[in-house]
Amino acid sequence: MRLVLNQRTLDEFSWVDFTIGVLRVVIIALILIGSFNTLSSGRFTSDQWVSLVISGLAQGSIYALIALGYTLVYGILLMINFAHGEVFMSGAFTAVFLAQAFDRSGFLNSAPLLAIPVLIVFAALVSMTVAILLERIAYRPLRNAPRLVPLITAIGASFFLQYTFRGFYGSSFQAYPTVDILRGSFPVGSVNVPISQVVVFSAALLLMFCLYWLVERTKIGKAMRAVSENKEVSALMGVDIDRIIVFTFAIGGALAGAAGVINGLYRPQGVNFFMGFVPGIKAFTAAVLGGIGNIPGAMLGGLFLGVIEAIGPNLVLAGLGIPGANQLKDVIAFTMLVLVLIFRPQGILGERLAEKKA
Amino acid sequence: MKRILPILLLLTLFAMLTGVQAAQLECTDEIGCVEIGPDDPITIGYMLTISGATSFLGEDSVGGIQIALAERDGMLLDHEIELVAEDSLCSAEGGQTAAQNMAARDEVLGVIGTSCSSSAAAALPIISSAGMVMISPSNTAPSLTNDDTASGGIWQPGYFRTAHNDLFQGAVAAQFAYNELGLTRLATIHDGSPYADGLQAVMAEVFTELGGEVVFQGAINVNDTDMTAILTEIAAAGPDIIYFPIFEPEGNFIAAQSDETPGLENVVLMGADGLLSTSFPENTGAAALGMYLSGPYIEGEAYDAFLESWAEIIGGVPPSGFHAHAYDAVNILLDAIEAVAQVGDDGTILVGRQALRDAIAATSGYVGLTGTLSCNPTGDCATGEALAIFEITESELEGNWPPPVVWTPPPAEAE
Repeated sequence: MRLVLNQRTLDEFSWVDFTIGVLRVVIIALILIGSFNTLSSGRFTSDQWVSLVISGLAQGSIYALIALGYTLVYGILLMINFAHGEVFMSGAFTAVFLAQAFDRSGFLNSAPLLAIPVLIVFAALVSMTVAILLERIAYRPLRNAPRLVPLITAIGASFFLQYTFRGFYGSSFQAYPTVDILRGSFPVGSVNVPISQVVVFSAALLLMFCLYWLVERTKIGKAMRAVSENKEVSALMGVDIDRIIVFTFAIGGALAGAAGVINGLYRPQGVNFFMGFVPGIKAFTAAVLGGIGNIPGAMLGGLFLGVIEAIGPNLVLAGLGIPGANQLKDVIAFTMLVLVLIFRPQGILGERLAEKKA
Repeated sequence: MKRILPILLLLTLFAMLTGVQAAQLECTDEIGCVEIGPDDPITIGYMLTISGATSFLGEDSVGGIQIALAERDGMLLDHEIELVAEDSLCSAEGGQTAAQNMAARDEVLGVIGTSCSSSAAAALPIISSAGMVMISPSNTAPSLTNDDTASGGIWQPGYFRTAHNDLFQGAVAAQFAYNELGLTRLATIHDGSPYADGLQAVMAEVFTELGGEVVFQGAINVNDTDMTAILTEIAAAGPDIIYFPIFEPEGNFIAAQSDETPGLENVVLMGADGLLSTSFPENTGAAALGMYLSGPYIEGEAYDAFLESWAEIIGGVPPSGFHAHAYDAVNILLDAIEAVAQVGDDGTILVGRQALRDAIAATSGYVGLTGTLSCNPTGDCATGEALAIFEITESELEGNWPPPVVWTPPPAEAE
């Protein structure tokens, strides 16, 4: 910041920049004041903070899995697939019936280590199919259209999928059955961590590592990276563009389907045709937070968003004396998005569409 | 000159036609009249939640209406009764859309609706300014029959309800918690809707009057799935009982996740009629065991006969608790239409809208399934006599419905 007031400083001065700078200070001040108030009042014990953070990580890992789908598609096609939330819903909503059947026959509780992966694979296949169909029917014909057109198509596809699934399965709520081995908690230090949260977090982490290995260490991953760097030149190098794009959608869809079942283990109720809408937007926020197009960024953004949502209302808003702080949980999530877009538009880890750009 | 001739011709034709009609029946109503030709049906409508998470409420009320119509063989005053359906969802947007669609149809005399208080808040002004009558079978928010805008009342003329006012339901819940269960520390959660917010406010007020302490009042959003933050906050406040008068699936999440939250293992959970449906214990599983729900409770011979009709005509049992209220609402409406209708010689019927409103408002001592109903000037036709506290037990988890009644308010309770 220049302290010398000369003509050049005055010429370069912009009210917008000034206001944004003030806003930056105000927001940071509010966050600090709120946190300080809450922590000093000692209303929550440190054990409660730890358990909130852990539940935030579990929720965040689900956001991360869905966010990976957004980020992969953006990296390759430079397009936000707004129907990805519905891809998540399709896997979750279809697998719930299989899960209920498993539960009725007793298979789920007698062989959970076999039943749960079967459910995950099933949901992944359903979501993969929906994603591939989406690409083929809704996005491929618009490959060369102006950027806005596929975006609107994605929103339309999202509504279409919601109501199609409502037509298939009805509008009443379903619930995943509770799995016995996931009940209860085990102590970590002085905190009782629910087993379901640990399982969710580990499963998501495993899937994320698998994806990272796929993209970085395999030939098809190299092809994906090449296509995201430069489509035309990759075609010249002998990469089949269409096949790679379909593969990207398939991978994103599979992860979303897996996320659907994993979410069902963790939060079993509330499965219905509309369940993909809010996680879809939150996962998109997470992908932008971490840096759109950036795979580790999506993972980090998801976890970060989950933790912020879990501790934000109690830490900041309650400390500022705002009533009904937990009702404003979504406000925190989306304010975070706006702040990131203002102050660091490339996201936490930076937008990475290609390794090197000349 | 050339243009004036056809206009004059049209005017004369028009005068002749109206003159011909005026010769038969005259409309002296302040708002206006609905004229029903000799072969036309009498049209009533309903705006209920027939889709979405709370569709059980709408289906339940529709069943009550259908049974009432079946008992009249679908006829009134030798005209067929036509039922127009609109979906009010359980939101303000749904209520507004349904009301606009309904108000656009001039032939509708009255509407049974809405299911949810949030839809009613948006639908009320539209239906009222269209001159129609609206009788709700399951709106319970106190603000809907409160005409004092300074205290948050939004009543408009033409609105009535056969469901209990939440001023009663909240009081019943508080009395049960404080007097019966002996609990003294209350925490409440609502979801921002007028129904939930109003009900938890009444519960908290009466609980405090009885001598208890309200340690926490908070809210979540509809569509929230993760309740750990608010449950942790509640655990920090150390309550005996958590009262959450909300709907599925948020209610299911709170019930299920409160088991996971340290500090809340022994807390009593209580909900209200929003969760009083067969899908709630099914979807929540073991976490719902031992939970209490307040809601409408009707008994008697007439009700048993009603249930038999239900099993015959619709099959099974009613999915929620307001079917009898819908039955009474439709009967009150049809009886009022019958009372104020002017019937012409050729079978034309003229119904004055203001006359219809006045007739329903004058309902007094009407013996319905839900008790003896008398409408007060701001639309409340029911008292709190048909309420009870239910408990979810093992048998509900296996599909038995309705759950057993554990407490009913002592009859000495007046308003």
